[in-house]
Amino acid sequence: MTNSSSPKRNEQDQPETSGPVLKSLKTKLSKPEDAEKKNLSKKFKDVEISVPIVYGNIAFWLGKKANEYQSHKWTVYVRGATNEDTRGVIKKVVFQLHSSFNNPTRVVESPPFELSEQGWGEFEIAITLHFHSDVCEKPLSLYHQLKLYPEDESTSLSIKKPVVVESYDEIVFPEPSESFLARVQNHPAVNVPRLPVGLTFPTPAEDPSERKRGDTKDHPLSQWFTNFSEADELLQLAAARQQVQTHIAKLRRQITVIEGQQQQLKPSSDQ
Amino acid sequence: MDAKDILGLPKTPLSVPPEKKSQPKKDSQRKPDGISREVYALTGGLAPLMPSIDSSYLKKRPPSDEKITWQWLPFTNSARKDTLQLYHWVRVVNGVPPTGDYSFAKYNKSIEVTKYTDEEYAQHLTDPSWTKQETDQLFDLCEQFDLRFVIIADRFPSSRTMEELKDRYYSVCRSILLARASSPADVSGHPLVKENYNASQEKERKRALSMVLSQTKQQEKKDAEVLAEAKKIAESRMAAKGVEESVMPATENEFPETTIDHNDTLVSLSNVRLAPVAVPPSTLVIADTSSTLASLRMLPVYLRTYALEQMVQQASSSAGLRTIKRVEQTLQDLGINLKPRVPTKAVCAEHLELRKEILTLLNLQKQLQYKEAEGSSLREGTTYSEMPGTPKRQVRDHDRTFIPDAMSFGGERGGRKDQKRKGPGRVSETPSSPANKRPRKMKASDL
Repeated sequence: MTNSSSPKRNEQDQPETSGPVLKSLKTKLSKPEDAEKKNLSKKFKDVEISVPIVYGNIAFWLGKKANEYQSHKWTVYVRGATNEDTRGVIKKVVFQLHSSFNNPTRVVESPPFELSEQGWGEFEIAITLHFHSDVCEKPLSLYHQLKLYPEDESTSLSIKKPVVVESYDEIVFPEPSESFLARVQNHPAVNVPRLPVGLTFPTPAEDPSERKRGDTKDHPLSQWFTNFSEADELLQLAAARQQVQTHIAKLRRQITVIEGQQQQLKPSSDQ
Repeated sequence: MDAKDILGLPKTPLSVPPEKKSQPKKDSQRKPDGISREVYALTGGLAPLMPSIDSSYLKKRPPSDEKITWQWLPFTNSARKDTLQLYHWVRVVNGVPPTGDYSFAKYNKSIEVTKYTDEEYAQHLTDPSWTKQETDQLFDLCEQFDLRFVIIADRFPSSRTMEELKDRYYSVCRSILLARASSPADVSGHPLVKENYNASQEKERKRALSMVLSQTKQQEKKDAEVLAEAKKIAESRMAAKGVEESVMPATENEFPETTIDHNDTLVSLSNVRLAPVAVPPSTLVIADTSSTLASLRMLPVYLRTYALEQMVQQASSSAGLRTIKRVEQTLQDLGINLKPRVPTKAVCAEHLELRKEILTLLNLQKQLQYKEAEGSSLREGTTYSEMPGTPKRQVRDHDRTFIPDAMSFGGERGGRKDQKRKGPGRVSETPSSPANKRPRKMKASDL
């Protein structure tokens, strides 16, 4: 996928703090190599970092150009839920395709983490996320069922309108390391809860070499992306809970009434 | 012997004449009658399997061809260093006194304590904190008291702890061993070379042991509680680990501490290990939630949907399959997805709460049904079995049996219809003799 050039830079909005801040951190700890080691190993138990992601596929029917073996052109991907760059968290993504594909294990080492192919069959793709070493040592697997044909069988296939299936999920790091926390404090793709009092990090200096964009805001397929809003779901759930709670209260009243009635049948010698 | 008995043949003359007493004959005669039959039956048959030593056997013992006398003779003990001569009774056979060493001499064993020469000391064994004199004293005491360090420590002229003495002794022995060995390979098998004495470890071990021994009952109870809790956490971690095997095997470097380090002050153990799970096991439900949470926290990374699944499973653990289906049906009726479409932290929490509330709702519905069934059966007098989980019912039944007759069916009758057949299957309430019987019985027994 080509990255469209644009003057926008705000996806990497870690402010450009200069060396002195970092240096002062090091002098405070007096031993640089130890400080690094400490950073890597120190974990915070009360701070939970979550990275909302969306993964799925978009499939286009090839129409006239379709043949038996290649009826659709599809792309499977993992993106940040808000289309922000996930590079600070995810190091690489491995897509495991059906064994009928050449080299079914496809590794994508830089964002955007996606893979495009042509084919005719629907199968389960195993998506393994590998994180940076200070984020998490172990990879995390997701599973996605590739969908090429629309749910509604009566809909005619169209070249223009693709079939889109996306799933929202959040990657949770219950005990993030200090360096990870420091790095992603102000990261747009990462949810960091309010840090406990007294815990602050100097914002790390931005690395000028990492300027290549990895966000999907201007992705060619972005028009098809689903916008997942938690607000709707929350409202729904709140309404449902309200209903259930009223029902519960009603039942409780009924039960007490009946118990009262039954009490009257017996003499009041029992409590 | 036994076989012959079974066959009915007379017993072999093992214990039979030349004895005139004929005691065994008495035995075989006693076989069919008398109390002795049972006694012999106890021995698993009519005769004992082992030839028992009965008095006739003992009497028979002295062999007639040997001449036995007992003599008061002197003897020497090879175990003695001096030439003390003592006397004792000796069994002399045909005028020949027994030969051989004093029979107890072989028990005089002693421990071999290594001896070092002065040159060896100068070469290998000098130590800043030990003078040669002290070391020599130590070794003398060791030899004298067979390496019983408790005594040695007590007797040692300057006050040194037992660990210090042991340390010095073992390091000296070790150095000597190594020095005298022709090649290191020879002695590498020797226990001293393989595992050297570690004074600090010993001190620690003894301290911990004394602490454990001196624990009060209260502390013991507390420790048991803590261990049980740790075990529970460990089990839930194991469960989580098993589930996570394909996705995320958790690193468990702190785990061994809980099981091995019993010697340590368990107060520190409880502080360290249980801090993340700071929930007292008051109610089973709460404890289970915290263990699910704890197991999740053990994972280095997980998906929100996975976490929700675990929590939902835990919450429905007390419910049967049918109830779970009903919960899902209710969710669908309410228009909620079984798995939230946008599983953020807030959404998942709400979803979980909703599920729990639906469970409560269903339980209440069931309860209401039971209550209504109760009520209707009371009115119509149909028999039914007692419903579980309605303690009030039980209490009322108990009360009924002890209430004097007037009140008991005065109340019932006054309530609804008159004739009550077997209400809750306990008391028959027909106002005739059975009912009367009951209170009367009570009265009789009460008075």
